[in-house]
Amino acid sequence: MTLDQLCVGQQAKIVSVGGGGALRRRFLDMGLIPNTVVKVRKVAPLGDPIEIYLRGYELTLRLADARNIEITEI
Amino acid sequence: MAITFALIGNQNCGKTTLFNQLTGSNQHVGNFPGVTVEKKEGYLRNHKEITIVDLPGMYSLSPYSPEEVVTRDYLIFSPPDVLINIVDATSLERNLYLTLQLMELDLPMVVALNMMDEVKASGGTIDIKLMSELLGVPIVPISASKNQGLDELMRVAMVVAGQKNRPATRDFCVGDVHRAVHSISYIIEEEAKAARVPVRFAAIKIVEGDEPMTRLLNLREMETDIIGHIIEDMEKRLHMDRDAALADMCYQYIEKICAQVVIKENETREQIRSVKIDSVLTNRVFALPLFFAIMLLIFWLTFRVIGAFFSDLLSYGINAFVSGADVVLTNMGINPTVHSLLIDGVFAGVGSVLSFLPIIVVLFLFLSLLEDSGYMARVAFVMDQILLKIGLSGRSFVPMLIGFGCSVPAIMATRTLPSQRDRKMTILLTPFMSCSAKLPIYALFTAVFFPQHKTLVMMALYLMGMIVAIVVAFLLKKTIFKGPTVPFVMELPVYRMPALKTVLLHMWQKAKDFLTKAFTIIFVATVLIWFLQSFDLHFNLVSDSSKSMLAAVGRLVAPIFAPLGFGDWRASTALITGLTAKEAVISTFAVLLGASNGLSLPQMMAHLFTPLTAFSFLTFTLLYMPCVAAMAATKRELGGSLAALGAMLFQTGVAWVVAFIIYQVGRIWFV
Repeated sequence: MTLDQLCVGQQAKIVSVGGGGALRRRFLDMGLIPNTVVKVRKVAPLGDPIEIYLRGYELTLRLADARNIEITEI
Repeated sequence: MAITFALIGNQNCGKTTLFNQLTGSNQHVGNFPGVTVEKKEGYLRNHKEITIVDLPGMYSLSPYSPEEVVTRDYLIFSPPDVLINIVDATSLERNLYLTLQLMELDLPMVVALNMMDEVKASGGTIDIKLMSELLGVPIVPISASKNQGLDELMRVAMVVAGQKNRPATRDFCVGDVHRAVHSISYIIEEEAKAARVPVRFAAIKIVEGDEPMTRLLNLREMETDIIGHIIEDMEKRLHMDRDAALADMCYQYIEKICAQVVIKENETREQIRSVKIDSVLTNRVFALPLFFAIMLLIFWLTFRVIGAFFSDLLSYGINAFVSGADVVLTNMGINPTVHSLLIDGVFAGVGSVLSFLPIIVVLFLFLSLLEDSGYMARVAFVMDQILLKIGLSGRSFVPMLIGFGCSVPAIMATRTLPSQRDRKMTILLTPFMSCSAKLPIYALFTAVFFPQHKTLVMMALYLMGMIVAIVVAFLLKKTIFKGPTVPFVMELPVYRMPALKTVLLHMWQKAKDFLTKAFTIIFVATVLIWFLQSFDLHFNLVSDSSKSMLAAVGRLVAPIFAPLGFGDWRASTALITGLTAKEAVISTFAVLLGASNGLSLPQMMAHLFTPLTAFSFLTFTLLYMPCVAAMAATKRELGGSLAALGAMLFQTGVAWVVAFIIYQVGRIWFV
């Protein structure tokens, strides 16, 4: 399962962060690493991007990029 | 003895607030040499010997954005005496990630633990003494917005500067990464010393696969081979690639520290409040209507109420001053040419631009309130999908919106965009948003040529600006700015009350920027236009401006506009003078058409244009290159005259093509 499939209000644990280059590095730097618990807080009015909550802060990212983040239900 | 303190921290950690508290208004904004990355500097209040540098907000030292590269180079090659790392106590884990990277730079360092008041108010606390011991750096709790703990922070920073206390090396590398870093440290020791970078920092960057560092060290082939094997081995053992392995290790270390020092971690009151505010402001149904309502309110207040009031007041004052000066100069018997230069050139020109000052300041007051409260990030979140379609991201929305007011602050606002590509594109597109200075032109023309459909024509023009911007964005995306769109990953900060001081300082800086421009570039431009308007080609003073150099230039370029339906020299002259400020188009028509000889300006205009050519003229006015003030802003933000010239030619080219199509197609229907 990937992060873009998570519904609003659902929690999950990150398994791996795919993709590459600067974006992947940014995700890792911002604490999206394996075993981190994330929760989807909101979806933008037009359905994309989404807002997630992790490590005490909120982050917004596009569904296309969320697709690179493998998660597992807790 | 001169001492430099550098402030560094994540975005939204309160760094700017701290900088403003420490320096007050003793600050100046420049660029790092050779790049358009902003470098803010200032003196510590009452301590001229202490310089404080405000570095760009960042989440790590990975070299993926120009700001990060510049900051990293600055820290390595011209290190400050003390590095003050601002850490937001309410999201400690993510903030400490940068702290760990900074510690590897082996510079004297202090951690300022900001927003401790918010943590305490929620019933939590952080064992600062223990955290300081675990990290090996002094930590001072502060509240930048409430001005608490700053004296203590400066005292500790002074002590650290005096003793040159570097972070006690806490080796947070464990297991396989630890082994890799150490083996590589031995291999690259000499090269690192030669390149003047801390060995451990260099080794970690090599493990990360950092390209600038690899280039900098200039390793021999054999060394590169061995390092490759070490890393391959590490990746195999960890079942993770190098990037993930390092991030994972750092966060594990941070989690261990946080587990020991953070006592009872609650969501703070501010975070809970933020979720509540967002349940309305970013609600799937209300978000867009609320956003448009807020924007309408701001524009209404700026352009109709507050800003307009002060602008009228100011232009009243300026006019009074100019007529006063007029009388004085006449009484003194000053040479009429000098008199004309001062009154018609300098005072009239600079004066008309100056009267925009209040509108700009008020607009920036609202924008800085939106930005500092955290709402701007939400606007980007809500609008991202729309802009993604034209190859931009949500962050570009705000500057374009400001463009409907005035292109100058809009272009200045592109500074907040993280990617150079987005910035350039936004700067190019923003002037297509019809600015408020063009409104008087539309008003005059529609009253004369479309009295039945005034509103409709105006709306058509505004809409056309947007449509052209979208089409141009598509073309740019497919040609010059090819390649994948920049990803949109952004922290949504907690809503906070904007600090009065930050807002006021922001307004003051924009006002200062604008005034500087008014008295430099606009001053020169108005003098030039006056000169061209007052002399003929033999440098004789002319009383009839139709014989002036400006008219000659107007006649020269007039053929260019003939295919657009308005080949008259007066129309082209008006377009040229419109470059000083768009309102000048109207005043130029008034002067050149000699509106005094019995016929009113609207009647005279009817001789010059047909409804079709009038619409073609309006289209060109809407789209062609912006005024001098906006061009100056473009030049500064694009970082060069050549780029700005390209932008101008491009915009004017687009205007010509669109007006051409309208006129030529229109001719088929309305002969």
